[in-house]
Amino acid sequence: MITVVDYHKGNLQSVERGLAAQGAAVQVTDDAAVIARASAVVLPGVGAFGDAAATMARLGQMDAVREAVDRGAAFLGICLGMHLMFAEGEEGAPDGGPNPQGLGLIPGVVRRLPDHDADGAFYKIPHVGWNLVEWVKPESSRLLGSVSEVTASASDSPEGTRKRTAVRDEALEGEDGVLAGTAASRVPAASKSGGTEYFYFTHSYAAPESPATIGLTTHSVTFPSAVQASDRVFGVQFHPEKSSDAGAQLLRNFVTLAKES
Amino acid sequence: MLAKRVIPCLDVKDGRVVKGVNFVGLRDAGDPIELARAYDEQRADEVIFLDITATSDDRATTVELASHAAAELHLPYCVGGGMRTVADMRTMIAAGADKVAVNSAAVLDPALITQAAAAFGTQAVVCAVDAKAVAGNPNKWEVYVAGGRKATGIDALEWAREAARRGAGEILLTSMDRDGSRDGFDCALTRAVARAVPIPVIASGGVGRIEHFAEGIIEGEADAVLAASVFHFGEMTVRQVKEHMRSQGIPVRL
Repeated sequence: MITVVDYHKGNLQSVERGLAAQGAAVQVTDDAAVIARASAVVLPGVGAFGDAAATMARLGQMDAVREAVDRGAAFLGICLGMHLMFAEGEEGAPDGGPNPQGLGLIPGVVRRLPDHDADGAFYKIPHVGWNLVEWVKPESSRLLGSVSEVTASASDSPEGTRKRTAVRDEALEGEDGVLAGTAASRVPAASKSGGTEYFYFTHSYAAPESPATIGLTTHSVTFPSAVQASDRVFGVQFHPEKSSDAGAQLLRNFVTLAKES
Repeated sequence: MLAKRVIPCLDVKDGRVVKGVNFVGLRDAGDPIELARAYDEQRADEVIFLDITATSDDRATTVELASHAAAELHLPYCVGGGMRTVADMRTMIAAGADKVAVNSAAVLDPALITQAAAAFGTQAVVCAVDAKAVAGNPNKWEVYVAGGRKATGIDALEWAREAARRGAGEILLTSMDRDGSRDGFDCALTRAVARAVPIPVIASGGVGRIEHFAEGIIEGEADAVLAASVFHFGEMTVRQVKEHMRSQGIPVRL
């Protein structure tokens, strides 16, 4: 059973149905007691940091999520849900006041994306649309297993897929069993399209760099688009439930991991 | 790098897809969810459902569509047409829409954009702007409302700037002169608006040939390109369009 946290900021149907489509039993709840006991928790991305954090704190959900994670629950934060994994966020901070507090699973402050790059070129904010995620530590994360493969084959003719499969098989030679099936072993498969995957983003704030970063995306700046706080605790800036085949594969990987709880 | 988006637009009336030619002469082009799924398979980046006859009476059909889409689609979608109040928009977002597009009602009461952005976040608020060239002035466009039937005297660039300032997350810009013409986007209009606002601009109106999409991005400086009938009637697939765009050096998700 995957427990989706409802913090009263809007529609959670897409996340719920996205998980259910990958074979998960899903419950949506705002009940802190239920969340604290959950074996797998998804914190979806709706609303603004300050607002969501205040509601979660008021409903006892902050402590409940921390308790579940401490007990070893699988966790996936999506978009704002990933932001809330961090210690603080400046979105929704009162003028001159302190930043709202997040879950603190990862240290650092979530800040607004700059609208200029280092050379002064202008970028549109919100960062909305499909962008590439470069997996920086694919070997460490079970969340990413075979996402690249799906993306590569879905966009190709059968002939192209066969060619890529051959390339991938070569790359797999000499690898031990630990890496087999992870994104690390798939990188050659997707290298024609950059060794990365496209996912759907829509946000104006971004997480800080930390040792938890497992995926990077570049808009005005390069920012962490996927994080892993422990073996079973993940966050993604993009919306897997809106990211077509690649997103479905990522959710499937999380559902598989959650079922081991 | 952010990919440039290709967005099929599904004009919906009574739960069916239709396409207006210059907003008159409707033709039935099928079931909206089936079409949207086909576009997902073709690598569409999102879809827009525009309820072209929405009144408060038949809003229920569109809410049903939004809800059905949330269950069936795994890509982002926007619903627009006839939204008059924040409550209308909330109903659509609660049904599952990722974004809502406002047009006439926001022109009448720009505070609607401010309120919607505060309620749902800027990423969920698309301001649809229907613009028509002002005769005798090549760099001036006027905003039209009521499905393109009514002139407002408002300058399109000024309105786009105000919408962005009030919290719109995107501008869906339709050229009234080009819509249904198959002559390509009004790239001068698109470029002027794209340069005027700090938010993404979706170019709409006028696609007839596959090259028009790349023109909208390169000459029009749009962030996304929208079309309807060329897709609905199978003249080209989204994938073919993206392959052509890529051949022109445009980053696309394929």
